[in-house]
Amino acid sequence: MPLDLSEVRRYTIAILVENRFGVLSRVSGLFSGRGYNIDSLSVAETLDPTVARMTIVARATQLVIEQLVKQLHKLIDVIKVIDLTDEEHVSREMLLLRVGAAPATRAEILRIADIFRAKIVDVTPLSYTLEVTGDESKISAIVELLRPFGIQEVVRTGKVAIARGSKILSRKDQTKLQQLQGAPRAVGYDS
Amino acid sequence: MTGAQIFCESLKREGVEVIFGLPGEAVLPAYDALFDSLNRKELRHVLARQEAAAGHAAEAYARVTGKVGVCLVTSGPACTNLVTALADAQVDSMPIVAFTGQVPTHLIGNDAFQEADNVGICRSCTKHNYLVKDVKELAPIIKEAFYIARSGRPGPVHVDLPKDILLKQGEFAYPEKIFLRSYNPTVEGHPGQIKKAAQAILKARKPILYVGGGVINADAAPELRELAELAQIPVTMTLMGIGAFPGDHPLSLGMLGMHGAWYTNTAVINTDLLIAVGARFDNRVTGKLDAWCPEAEVIHIDIDPTSIARNFHVEIPIVGDAKHVLARLNKDLRQLDDGSWKESREAWWQQIKAWKAQHPLTYERSDEIIKPQFVIQEASRLTSHLDPIVATDVGQHQMWAGQYFIVNKPRHWVTSGGLGTMGYGLPAAIGAQVARPDKLVIALLGDGSFQMNMQELSTVVEERLPLKIAIVNNLAHGMVRQWQELFYNRRFIGIDLSVRPDYAKLAEAFGILGLRATKPSEVTPTWERALAHPGPVLIDFAVDPEEACFPMVPAGAAVKDMVLAKPKSEKPEEAKARAAKLTGF
Repeated sequence: MPLDLSEVRRYTIAILVENRFGVLSRVSGLFSGRGYNIDSLSVAETLDPTVARMTIVARATQLVIEQLVKQLHKLIDVIKVIDLTDEEHVSREMLLLRVGAAPATRAEILRIADIFRAKIVDVTPLSYTLEVTGDESKISAIVELLRPFGIQEVVRTGKVAIARGSKILSRKDQTKLQQLQGAPRAVGYDS
Repeated sequence: MTGAQIFCESLKREGVEVIFGLPGEAVLPAYDALFDSLNRKELRHVLARQEAAAGHAAEAYARVTGKVGVCLVTSGPACTNLVTALADAQVDSMPIVAFTGQVPTHLIGNDAFQEADNVGICRSCTKHNYLVKDVKELAPIIKEAFYIARSGRPGPVHVDLPKDILLKQGEFAYPEKIFLRSYNPTVEGHPGQIKKAAQAILKARKPILYVGGGVINADAAPELRELAELAQIPVTMTLMGIGAFPGDHPLSLGMLGMHGAWYTNTAVINTDLLIAVGARFDNRVTGKLDAWCPEAEVIHIDIDPTSIARNFHVEIPIVGDAKHVLARLNKDLRQLDDGSWKESREAWWQQIKAWKAQHPLTYERSDEIIKPQFVIQEASRLTSHLDPIVATDVGQHQMWAGQYFIVNKPRHWVTSGGLGTMGYGLPAAIGAQVARPDKLVIALLGDGSFQMNMQELSTVVEERLPLKIAIVNNLAHGMVRQWQELFYNRRFIGIDLSVRPDYAKLAEAFGILGLRATKPSEVTPTWERALAHPGPVLIDFAVDPEEACFPMVPAGAAVKDMVLAKPKSEKPEEAKARAAKLTGF
């Protein structure tokens, strides 16, 4: 696949790190140190409490991302780096959105929420708060559809992503990681 | 034991013999424990007069001995002063562990006295850093810190020690081994790649060995020499790689890069096989990247995978420790060698000799005014039988030293390359002399650079270090002046150091023999007198302020567009007039 190395694309990178303070700073520092903005970042503990998983979405060229991935590998606290962008992967974000809902428009809003399988998590006489989960395009679509009604507040989580199938963080990697830890424990993905 | 005692014990276990430091309130418990170590002659403490100097001394100590350098300073401003040295160590890959004091854990974040976000500030300029939050973690952290500092691509590791942790009681249990699941540097190169490299070397008609500081970190000088001699390959060194190959060896082309010799850079850009070992294709070496080595196939041997193919294409990358990789490469070469390269190599060397004759490294001699290159050449000549350790500061004098001081052994050249830290030279010379009290250590400094850390002269006297300190005094920030002269139309600003202390008198005030030379005829006798003097000496060499460092590859220009000497044949009266203004005080 001929790739234009200087074309700016959005990259999704998953990183397994030691679950210690300062790691988040070091990783995000790698991006900010080069003047690259992180579009979204999410991080949480995995099943192994000593390991955390970060999902970063950033915009850069292929050349830059290659260097960034190498530099990430270099960090002492980084255990594994996976560029999910061109791999088959599933990604989800969650959105909490409060939209103005006057009596005339309440029914329409509920219909839209239903179509997107969003949940109503709060109700007031003049507004609804929705919780929506989905991939990036679904989230963007519902925001656009609800915009005409008057969106009062929006909170979005970062993207989390996981590879499809057993290609990345394979059984072989799993066993290797388990051996390294010395105890047969899963590290946060389907066993 | 208290945390402070655990600290001292851990250092002992790591084989630390010297600590460079400067105490302060937050770190007093550590110093109190050090007091006992000192009395038991287990550790030596060298008091710096400014924290960056403590860091630089630790760096030089590491470079000269191959061990991990250690420095200990207090919290707040001490840590921020140390940042320069940490950044310097990171860029130049020097293994040091820097301990900083910190306010007690319950005060962190409260804007306490001398508090700073030490770990946050040092995060981006260290290989790794730690804040010790529990006395139980202290010994394992120290063990990890030393391991990380010295392994893979060496670098600075910072450990922040809150005061209450140092006072807490804890069990001392020094881990036998540690294993970091997330950090596993590759030591052995890929055998297939190495074989490929051997084949490429035997096929090459115009090969060049381009070696950097990585060869010195790996102690791979013997393997490098074997490789060069096996296939008669010309060797060029980066500023950080000086000494990796003997400077007086017939196969040596000296330093390359922005101020490398014309023939060296010309040979490099005409190569068909560039063998890079422990070097990182820095922009000071390559100049304009797309114009560098247009015909070359590149072999890159480096322990840091991020260095490989970072700036320049690499056909045969080999990740591994230079010593191990070169040893294997030499074996493969000997196996595959059929002598078919000999003929083309003869032609290559003839070409290089012709280039060398065409534009050798040269400067205009003068009997009226001291030329800085002459000062350095004389020092090199007078001490060549002694294999001195040379420490330089940053600037024109550093480039001249790289060009004219012949260094034949690794770990005998100490300089600030990547970061170019002015003020590095004197503390580095201190670190080098403390590391090798048996050796002659020469410090080549500029007048601007000297003034940045001249307070360290007290340390020189206190520790009785017989340094020979030469100030290449051109009354200016010479390198900056050169750039303003060449690229900013002689619009000189901020470079005039004619308002200055009498350096020789200043030395005497510190308790050091101060000498001055203002005429070319005085240079050799002054050096001889300094070298004969048993204690430390400082020499103020009043050199030609107009002399610039050539050849030069202008920033961003292609290497082939190197500027040779300024065409300047001065009348003797002009030189005399200039010299007359330099008779000191």
